[in-house]
Amino acid sequence: MSAIPAAEAAPTRGAGPNPPPDARRTGRRFAALRSARGVPRALLLVGTVMTAVFVVLAVFAPLIAPYGFDQYTDGGHRFAKLAGPSAQHLFGTTVQSVDVLSRVVFGARTALEVVVLAVVFSVLIGVPLGLLSGYFGGLLDRFLVLVMDALFAFPYLLLAIVIAFLLSNVVIGGGVVTTALAITVIYVPQYFRVVRASTLSAREATYVEAARAMGAPARTVISRYLFVNVVHSVPVIATLNAADAILTLAGLGFLGYGIQPTEAAEWGYDLQRAIADAGAGIWWTALYPGLAITLLVIALTLVGEGLNEVVNPALRRSRSRPVRLPARPERKAADR
Amino acid sequence: MTTPSPVSTAVPTGEPRVRVRDLRIWYGTSGAPVRAVDGVDLTIHAGQIVALVGESGCGKTTLGRGILGLLPPAAATDGEVVVDGTDLLRLPARRLRAMRGDKLGLVFQEPMTRLDPLMRVGDHFDELLRTHRPRLSRAERERQAVDILRAMGIPASRLRQYPHEFSGGMRQRIMIALTLVLRPALVVADEPTTALDVLVEAQILKILAELRSSVDCGMLLITHNLGIVLEAADRVAVMYAGRIVEEGDVRQVFAHPAHPYTRELLRSTISLTTTELHHIPGSPPDLADPPPGCRFHPRCPDAMRICPNSDPGDVDTAGGQRVACWLHRLDEVAPADREPLPDREISVADEA
Amino acid sequence: MARSSRSLGLFIVARLILAVPMVLILLTVVFLLMRVAPGDPVSAALGAHLSEAQLEQRRAAAGFDRPLIVQYGDYLGGVATGDFGRTITDNRSITQILVDNGGATLTLTVAALLVAVILGLPLGLWAARRRDKWDDLVIRLFGIVTFAAPVFFVGLLLQLLFGKTLGWLPTSGQAAPIVAPTVPEKTHILLLDAALSGDWSAFDDVFRHLILPAVSLGLLVTGVLIRLSRVNVIQTMRSDYVEAARARGIREGAVVVRHALRNALVPVITVTGLQVALLLGGAVLTEETFNWPGVGNQLVSYLNGRDYTAVQGLITVFALVVVVVSLLIDIVNALVDPRIRY
Repeated sequence: MSAIPAAEAAPTRGAGPNPPPDARRTGRRFAALRSARGVPRALLLVGTVMTAVFVVLAVFAPLIAPYGFDQYTDGGHRFAKLAGPSAQHLFGTTVQSVDVLSRVVFGARTALEVVVLAVVFSVLIGVPLGLLSGYFGGLLDRFLVLVMDALFAFPYLLLAIVIAFLLSNVVIGGGVVTTALAITVIYVPQYFRVVRASTLSAREATYVEAARAMGAPARTVISRYLFVNVVHSVPVIATLNAADAILTLAGLGFLGYGIQPTEAAEWGYDLQRAIADAGAGIWWTALYPGLAITLLVIALTLVGEGLNEVVNPALRRSRSRPVRLPARPERKAADR
Repeated sequence: MTTPSPVSTAVPTGEPRVRVRDLRIWYGTSGAPVRAVDGVDLTIHAGQIVALVGESGCGKTTLGRGILGLLPPAAATDGEVVVDGTDLLRLPARRLRAMRGDKLGLVFQEPMTRLDPLMRVGDHFDELLRTHRPRLSRAERERQAVDILRAMGIPASRLRQYPHEFSGGMRQRIMIALTLVLRPALVVADEPTTALDVLVEAQILKILAELRSSVDCGMLLITHNLGIVLEAADRVAVMYAGRIVEEGDVRQVFAHPAHPYTRELLRSTISLTTTELHHIPGSPPDLADPPPGCRFHPRCPDAMRICPNSDPGDVDTAGGQRVACWLHRLDEVAPADREPLPDREISVADEA
Repeated sequence: MARSSRSLGLFIVARLILAVPMVLILLTVVFLLMRVAPGDPVSAALGAHLSEAQLEQRRAAAGFDRPLIVQYGDYLGGVATGDFGRTITDNRSITQILVDNGGATLTLTVAALLVAVILGLPLGLWAARRRDKWDDLVIRLFGIVTFAAPVFFVGLLLQLLFGKTLGWLPTSGQAAPIVAPTVPEKTHILLLDAALSGDWSAFDDVFRHLILPAVSLGLLVTGVLIRLSRVNVIQTMRSDYVEAARARGIREGAVVVRHALRNALVPVITVTGLQVALLLGGAVLTEETFNWPGVGNQLVSYLNGRDYTAVQGLITVFALVVVVVSLLIDIVNALVDPRIRY
């Protein structure tokens, strides 16, 4: 027999009646599921789905978009200029009689191309530089840190503009690659800093010290030990940078330093053209490309933050259920 | 009770300043609730220091915080905590808040981080006094702060300095001054010297002993250092797995421990004559799922067949202790139930 | 508190000395960026308009025919004396551009910062206090949306809604064309000048022109502030000194504001200071959206004119602003947090 009876007589202060043990257990299991995943998980899910939609739009743009991104005629006659949304043009047309929906869809393709290139470039440059700088230290490290800090402190949109401006003098016409390069410059310092910092701490870790003590060459230590340990933080930064890069791309396009309009559809450029329309009260040329940018950035941000919580469980908070005190067990009344 | 004699073996008369009865504090978790405090009785008289000892995780700190109502939202409490005639557990949150800092004080373990780094030391006192004594003039508030700090050996000139300009021992003295400036009825001191070095520890203990008599408050001194208990406390309560297993006069308990756990705990301390370290096999139980009956039975060298089956409840011993152990009510136990408890390798293996 | 003020002075001096290498690196980066690129500035800007002889003459006049290291020394020397060079296309000094257009940019960024602080801090505090409740989620999502929406998109939407549909607020420029010339120039900050002139209808007009651009740019920073203040307040609410203040019976409101919020502000100020880069980039875009006659607007038109020296000079100024602001932020923090001074 147990000294603590399972049944109880009356509810105690601050506590309702106890649910039967089975219901309590399932309730708790549900709570555990909810607390472990919960809202962050939902946000991660929403972000992933939204990102996936944009990727689909980008990949299958020619199939999804009703017209070409610079197409202003169909079947021999010209589209209406600045026509409002209609069955023929769901999102309306621009001042150049181009279908807004098609430009929005093709814009996803441009954004994806530029951002993927920019992120790949920055990772390819930033991660090795950070590893080398952190591992070898010395003068190289000092120099790189100074330059990267300077680049990091710089107003980054201005930096991208200047790079795009300079590149546009060399390469005629700002293509996808030039724009991606301009964006790359502003993200390299971030990878450099993060990777260098974790390299510095990983270098002191016992297993790396052991490898070095056993005479492993620097190449092996860096590629086999440090890289693996340092690289796990990259996906989070990459996703958040991708979100930021979309905004930078749009900013460049808005100022006329992005993709040329004849080359591809670009949301920032479309918004720049929409300023004049807004003055006339025309909203569809601004709303749809703007929404596309905003939604894609939100999607990538949600994915990045969700990944961050997965990588960093410390950010999570365990949620606890309020307690209900059962009636007190019978203690020997004789002793009171 | 105004005599500050350290050997106050006499049982105090009159209404105690603090009376805790059958207090339970359970924490909500994502799993089963943790029974951090599970039916505790405790009495503290004016001018008395009651030490609360036990292993880490036995519920000492929860008991101390719970008395002041400083618990996380996912904790549930019931029982009685009567301080100067008021049951704290039945007070609305606002009135309990008003009693903290005024009638109830708490001294924390680590003084380094307990003062607001952006606030001058004097402003901590000003804020406290303004909250609880809104009618005091500014000058009067400052005078009280200066007085109490001086009593702690901190000159008035340092009132305008920031916390980071003080050492750990000084910060703890400031914390104690903040706790005592309004002459509370009860001070809970939660391992007040653990984070400090030995010399500072002695200093702080001396201050506490002096203040106990001059402020005339009851003090609950939470510690795991039995030396401090012997040095500073009048009575000692030994806590195990959320319950008080033995309570009594310090010298009596140390000389004649009534509970096997107390005995083992005392044997585990190191002294000059120690030749071999003693420890209690096994580890403290999981408070989410405590052992049935007497909670110490899986680790108890004297455990009998009755121990896992039934909770012994409290008995008063001839030596004046209150103890929760079947050994002290053997006459009520059937002979078959007095047989030693077999098969307890599992709990010992836990240790590894 | 002689002791504190002396140490504060020492802190400022130390911080100033530390800023010098940063400035040098920034200037060098700007110079290299602008000069390493192939082609020469004069023909890039004027090649289409002038003959080769004229271009040569212009190059010599601007000193572009000298060795790069000499030009670099010149550039550093100029910056040290407050001379950021002259534009190629219209031969204006950069300093003159700052005088003419700096006020507009200053007004816009300060107003935007105000909007961000007024919205962001209380919302962040509210979200922290209501952590994981529905309103916390709503505020956080609002923060993400304001950060995700490009400032020019928000600007266009505001123009459409408040300018066009409702017709409440002007959407272009810093003042109505008939108002601007009537305000006597004193400070080169139109809003201040209008206030000083005592012409309240002019002030009203200038103020109404400021609202939409300031809100557009302000919302961009609001998201960052919400996130920052939320995280930091959550952290300070868990701190030991907050628990200790509660144990002393301090009222909850005072605990939150005096202890938790005040301590949370130290990192918030620091990171807000870092957002000056975001703010300046955003200002360029906002000025473009609202036809706001600021420095960013000038920068864009000189970029379009391929005017290297103008771009170099203006970018130099932007870089210096970043350094100066981070310096100011450190000093403000030292004033707020006594621990930093030592």
